[in-house]
Amino acid sequence: MNDRQLTRDGAQPAPAIAPRVDVIEDATGISILADLPGVSKERLSLRIEGETLQIEGDVASDAPEGLEAVYAEVQAPRYRRAFTLSRELDTDKIDAKLKDGVLTLRIPKAEHAQPRRIQVQAG
Amino acid sequence: MYESLLTVPGWLAELDRMQRDVQQALGTLGLPSSIRAVAQGAFPQINIGATPREIVVYAFAPGLDPARIDVTVDRGVLTLSGHRLDTRPGQDAKRSVYAAERFSGAFRRAISLPEDADPARVSAQYRDGVLRISIARRESARPKRVEIQ
Repeated sequence: MNDRQLTRDGAQPAPAIAPRVDVIEDATGISILADLPGVSKERLSLRIEGETLQIEGDVASDAPEGLEAVYAEVQAPRYRRAFTLSRELDTDKIDAKLKDGVLTLRIPKAEHAQPRRIQVQAG
Repeated sequence: MYESLLTVPGWLAELDRMQRDVQQALGTLGLPSSIRAVAQGAFPQINIGATPREIVVYAFAPGLDPARIDVTVDRGVLTLSGHRLDTRPGQDAKRSVYAAERFSGAFRRAISLPEDADPARVSAQYRDGVLRISIARRESARPKRVEIQ
């Protein structure tokens, strides 16, 4: 481990899992689907800072008292993933839905960035 | 001539080293693991916990219809199976897919339960994409305090 990593670790927030996502673009915008099992609506945070979209969610813990972990594949109680958006996306019109642990985000393209057909003049 | 193929570029070596570090940290190198253990990234991911009264299995299975998840206990093996639909929007040719990491299709996972698990008392509930299965432990297996005469 080198110095750079050490200092970075010191400043890093709590450990988190990068959720699995699907990212699909069509003519009018981009859809993001993210698997966030265990995250309720109240524990999900979506933030846009400049051109970065950050998805963060805490896993609700409903563990009975005295529960001892025997085996764990999910090893952090938090999901975090960030995406850099591009300018033609209209971040004011993002639509977000969370159902059964799946987040569906729809980011439309700004009007001026929608595809247009360019007429070819004969001449 | 083949030298360029044999020398791994720096970033690739770095990636390889990171992966080994992670595997080492998780104890999967050399140490025995359960015969029913699967490679990382299986669906659904499973955590298991235990209290003196019950064994709790958490299956991280987002986006499923709870009515279509099969949970069975047979001869000490708990099996989860089902099918996850591909919910990606639009199937038209003009779309571009930049990431397709989410699982879709049929899944099946099996977990061997400890001997004191009581197959008659199993309950399951599905919330926020997590299936929580509780299996009671037999009364006789609970720790008892022995009185000294």
